[in-house]
Amino acid sequence: MKEEVRLMKGNEAIAHAAIRYGCDGYFGYPITPQSEVLETLEELMPWETTGMVVLQAESEVAAINMVYGGAATGKAVMTSSSSPGVSLKQEGISYIAAASLPALVLNVMRGGPGLGTIQPSQADYFQATKGGGHGDYHLIVLAPSTVQEMVDFVGLGFDLAFKYCNPVMILADGIVGQMMEKVVLPEQRPRRTDEQIREQCPWAANGRKDGRKRNVITSLELESARMEVINHKLQAKYREIEKNETRWEEIDVDGADYLIVAFGSIARICDKARELAAEKGIKVGIIRPITLWPFPTEAVEKAAQGKKGVLCVELNAGQMIEDVRLAVHDRLPVEHFGRLGGIIPSPEEVVEAIETKLIGK
Amino acid sequence: MEIQDIIRPENKVYCKPELLDEVHMHYCPGCSHGVIHKLLAEVIAEMGITDRTVGISPVGCAVFAYNYIDVDWVEAAHGRAPAVATAISRLWPQDVVFTYQGDGDMSAIGTAESIHAANRGENIVMVFVNNAIYGMTGGQMAPTTLVGQKTATTPYGRRVDLNGHPLEITNLMAILDGTCYVTRQSVHTAANVRKTKAALKKAFENAIAKRGTSVVEIVSTCNSGWKLSPEKSNEWMVANMFEKYPLGDLKNN
Amino acid sequence: MKEEIIIAGFGGQGVLSMGKILAYSGLMDDKEVTWMPSYGPEQRGGTANVTVILSDEKISSPVLDKYDVVIALNQQSLDKFAPKVKPGGILIYDTNGIHNRPNRDDITIYPIDAMDATLEIGNSKAYNMVVMGALLEAMPYKLPMENVVKGLKKSLPERHHKLIPLNEQAIEKGRELLKK
Repeated sequence: MKEEVRLMKGNEAIAHAAIRYGCDGYFGYPITPQSEVLETLEELMPWETTGMVVLQAESEVAAINMVYGGAATGKAVMTSSSSPGVSLKQEGISYIAAASLPALVLNVMRGGPGLGTIQPSQADYFQATKGGGHGDYHLIVLAPSTVQEMVDFVGLGFDLAFKYCNPVMILADGIVGQMMEKVVLPEQRPRRTDEQIREQCPWAANGRKDGRKRNVITSLELESARMEVINHKLQAKYREIEKNETRWEEIDVDGADYLIVAFGSIARICDKARELAAEKGIKVGIIRPITLWPFPTEAVEKAAQGKKGVLCVELNAGQMIEDVRLAVHDRLPVEHFGRLGGIIPSPEEVVEAIETKLIGK
Repeated sequence: MEIQDIIRPENKVYCKPELLDEVHMHYCPGCSHGVIHKLLAEVIAEMGITDRTVGISPVGCAVFAYNYIDVDWVEAAHGRAPAVATAISRLWPQDVVFTYQGDGDMSAIGTAESIHAANRGENIVMVFVNNAIYGMTGGQMAPTTLVGQKTATTPYGRRVDLNGHPLEITNLMAILDGTCYVTRQSVHTAANVRKTKAALKKAFENAIAKRGTSVVEIVSTCNSGWKLSPEKSNEWMVANMFEKYPLGDLKNN
Repeated sequence: MKEEIIIAGFGGQGVLSMGKILAYSGLMDDKEVTWMPSYGPEQRGGTANVTVILSDEKISSPVLDKYDVVIALNQQSLDKFAPKVKPGGILIYDTNGIHNRPNRDDITIYPIDAMDATLEIGNSKAYNMVVMGALLEAMPYKLPMENVVKGLKKSLPERHHKLIPLNEQAIEKGRELLKK
């Protein structure tokens, strides 16, 4: 399959991107608003073409443990779900992180807590960036704002997962999952052969060929001294990721009086608000963290310099704002604006928030 | 006759399986796990599938099975071994994948994964060690604990009104269309050890031939948990366990 | 060029698929496009709406509060979205079942009888394409018909391609409604 321009939903785009990346396996369980990922894969039947395995598991718990199993053998495997389902996956995610395995997890966030609503939300920011499961670990968290980024982050996500042997989460929301946009699908890449996998992942447990020593994938270490060493290794890896992989986008930051920090599709609503504010003579810049972990702390600090105030816009009650405040060290006012329960703010509401929360003060 | 004259290859009647590691097992003396490990090591080596076998170890006493049998292993979260095995078997169809699960793993926390892997007919072997108690955590009730049996969490004996009935998960597996071979064995006598080995071999053959899921339950002892000597444990198992969990094939397609 | 459009009506009126055909037609005309639906249980017979943006430039927010064009296909949608037409913008609504008519004099209003026109064609499934015809005629952005046909081909599954002439006929019918 050649490079191709298509119009499709973010969720459908994930499925196409996974196949074209050369993903080896997808394991999922239906939940709104992301069921199109599994539906599209089943419709495309990649097992007939690339040989990719697609399986509807009996639960989110089973699905993430299938991902754990697949990742343990060096295959490029993924799962997707939405907030309540991602909560169920947290145990497995912790195991995957602890065993230093590459895997890709998509969360198309919906409003919580509990069963909540099926409408868009960004209320899983804490869960995605601060752990979610038990223990000291981090996922690399990518926040797409367009359908094109949904496609691109499948490739980027797998590349980072294998580079660092670490699980990567694409933290999307119902907007970017459900909306259709123009996308350029990459050219089909071949799946790696079993021999290539053995070479690339000498640690993988896929059968001890040629009399090699056995490989064991486990997260268990009862000896505290050894467990501490494992933890230090993980932490060293996280520092490396922080150094190399922090990503963000800036829009009109220089010369602006006010700074908006927003991620995912909400950053686009803020971009429209920036245009509307400019018509009113209010100069607003935007910084959009693309990696939520590692958070672009230095970039936010730098972007905030000389501004009169910072507005953190997120579809939650104030989660990323904690990282923004840490970044700017309370040197200037940092306010939060968000809607809850699946309500999407209009660009006009964002302008009003700038006026009342930052300028009005 | 000198000892050197006796130690000759042609006189050899028994040896430690080559896949069993030279390490001390953490299992209690008298525990059935050691014998079952030995049988697995023998069967895998004899079938010549060492280089394509992947074992999934559970949470429970057998969590460290990966330290004893020299094949590739993945240690699963509690109850999730069949899900882990499903993915590996599907992604590496030429590999031979088996799970090694206790009664908690198979019939409590992992019931959904076990039933659904078997129902999908995954081409895997599920080795189910049923000793009617949670050994690793200190002898608490298992779903398979017998009525009246004393455990740390049923100190006055299991009561149906409080704790429900002993769960015959293997019987459930047998009625699923995805299973091709479901059997219940034990390893308390030499004859039974031989039968269990034959059952394991058949199960692995089924996996290689892609006939579906094979379940080999091994009714076992936990002398520490049962607070009996190894010998008394075997006697207690014969007298009490076999009535509820009778030995033999439940399904052999 | 930038057209910010919302199409709102009952689930089952073909609101989402009309939006998709419109978006695909824009894509065939080399425009940037977004298609953002309301989703969930309301797809099953309640109200449904979809925001479609067509633009020469990269599109920022796919979610809007003010629109260049509002298409309302029931009273509920008309009440909700008529106030959200930008001054100078366009409101198209189906008169069928409407008892409260909009009264704004700062926008152009096109009441159309799309249901009757559809009945004349004789296939109720063509309803959304009659509405689409009215939209194509009313919009300042003139989407070439050849690209609309391409959009139809891209949007409809192959097995429905035999219906494309019927859809073209319906679009023409919708255009005529506006010319009257």
